[in-house]
Amino acid sequence: MSVLLILPILLPLISASLGILTRQHVVAQRWVSLLGITTYLIIGFVLISQVLDQGYLTTQVGGWQAPYGITLIADLLAAIMILFTGLIGFSVLLYSLMSSKHKQGDFSPAFHPLVHFLLMGASGAFLTGDIFNLYVCFEIMLMSSFALMTLEGRAEQTEGAVKYVVLNLLSSAIFLAGLGLLYAKAGTLNMADISVISQQAVADDKAGPIRLAGLLFLVTFSVKAGMFPFFFWLPASYHTPSVPVSALFSGILTKVGVYALIRLHTLIMPGEVLGHKLLLILGVSTMLIGVFGAASQMHIRRILSFHIISQIGYIVVGLAIKTPLALASAIFFIGHNIIAKGNLFLVAGLASDSVGSEKLHKTGGMWKAWPQLGLIYLVSAFSLAGFPPLSGFVAKFSIVWATVESKLWWVMAAAIFTGLFTLYSMIKIWVEVFWKDHPDPNRDLTVGKDSKRLVPVSLLALITVFIGLAGGPLFDICLRAGEQLVDPTDYILAVLGKIK
Amino acid sequence: MEIIMSLVIGVCYACAVFLLLQKRLLQIVLGIALLGHATNLLIFVAAGLHGDSVPIIPQGSEILALTAVDPLPQALILTAIVIGLALFGFSLALAYRCVAVLGHDDIDQITHTDSLDDPVSISNNKDS
Repeated sequence: MSVLLILPILLPLISASLGILTRQHVVAQRWVSLLGITTYLIIGFVLISQVLDQGYLTTQVGGWQAPYGITLIADLLAAIMILFTGLIGFSVLLYSLMSSKHKQGDFSPAFHPLVHFLLMGASGAFLTGDIFNLYVCFEIMLMSSFALMTLEGRAEQTEGAVKYVVLNLLSSAIFLAGLGLLYAKAGTLNMADISVISQQAVADDKAGPIRLAGLLFLVTFSVKAGMFPFFFWLPASYHTPSVPVSALFSGILTKVGVYALIRLHTLIMPGEVLGHKLLLILGVSTMLIGVFGAASQMHIRRILSFHIISQIGYIVVGLAIKTPLALASAIFFIGHNIIAKGNLFLVAGLASDSVGSEKLHKTGGMWKAWPQLGLIYLVSAFSLAGFPPLSGFVAKFSIVWATVESKLWWVMAAAIFTGLFTLYSMIKIWVEVFWKDHPDPNRDLTVGKDSKRLVPVSLLALITVFIGLAGGPLFDICLRAGEQLVDPTDYILAVLGKIK
Repeated sequence: MEIIMSLVIGVCYACAVFLLLQKRLLQIVLGIALLGHATNLLIFVAAGLHGDSVPIIPQGSEILALTAVDPLPQALILTAIVIGLALFGFSLALAYRCVAVLGHDDIDQITHTDSLDDPVSISNNKDS
């Protein structure tokens, strides 16, 4: 019994509730929010140190024994996800708080409570050991994200939200149908228990119905993760909300989808229940479609949105290869991507605020006006493209190394090709926003500078550098997480206490 | 009974998909609601329609009667109904907002955020 596991879910709920109560006192609400996220971050660090110590932390909520009660479990993957969620949440909230100007979206009284509700849903999804709870946590997260996306109610937000909401509700219905079919066949909702039953079904060659449920889950999680061929809602909506919301979505939402995919393939349906070849092809297609989509765009946040998709492809490839090394690199990639991509969204927001547009043909001159921002952009962009010694280098190198180890040459070629195209898009933004002169020579670009916001942005850039420099030890942690995932036996033991 | 219920679910799904493929936002929202109901029924039937007594151990007995109903699917459906209601409410509000801001609810015209050249000129934000 560990209270620690409940805190990442309970604490955002408390912060959100207090945020609603203090909605009329802007200052009080900001302090509540900041205090809440700081505590969450600290809990994230405590959780990961405990998990590193003990391997697994489990709690049976209400003392009901698994598989009948609801299990909360943290393995290394879950702890890493919680920690990075805390980091990006902290930076995004700091970004929205540290403004010298008032902007509508960031200052809506609903913003802070909704962010905390979103964190609550995400933490619940990471920590739960019960697949129905996963569904509920998804819905909590989605509901908050729907509201966050439409917070300002502008026309393009409404348009983006229509696509986002309809597709996500559709995928939720598919998830629920899969749950029903799985329960009918397995008679349990505990993920560890399902794992035992599905392995047994494969051994008995009776995996048909379970495989059907698994495919429904695959479709659902692919939609949430923005994977090919279900990605199109993402670039249609992610550039419409305010900048901190975009950064938060890019950091957390799709990663929860990927997390669920990892759980599906390593725990719920381990072994060959679902084809890995299929996942590999989907992953490579996701990578390529993402970079090609990005290359065609001329709008900063839309380019970044398409890059979310291509980066998801890398993670899926890591999952599909499914050796400890590949899984470790996928996990490392998630962490790196949450930080680097989130930061790029924030930097893009700062740059477009100063320059007055997000369309590349209307931007320019930022390097002269604000070199510090340009430097931070370069760090994050080069990290995303995979330059040493930044975090992206370790992440991409390990993925490529995993493909080499498994002799999947075509995947390796696709991964390297995608890396090159990522660099192309990053340089495109660099040239258009920072390097070239502003199309309007009379415009004073220094007016829109919001120097206070450099703090959270530099913080994220430093984390990127740190992850890159400390790549070795950090990768060892991911390797341990990967080993935990490859063999779910210990996970099942930690939940059920025995192997049936 | 299962066969009849399966047919009902099938018809529900078919209607939901038909509504989802319509052009108007309100029909799509209704389609999503119907999809949710079809899924709830699916859980209900998939978990089994057998059993005819409450899942409570009778007084004096040590074990549950064999004819007891499984209570879990009902709990799941109840949760799903509550979530579905909230999401349906939000979708309706969104559809209303869409008509209020854009002046129509025709899906074919909601393409601004997808198009390449001029994604945000529909409103008076900083880019226009």
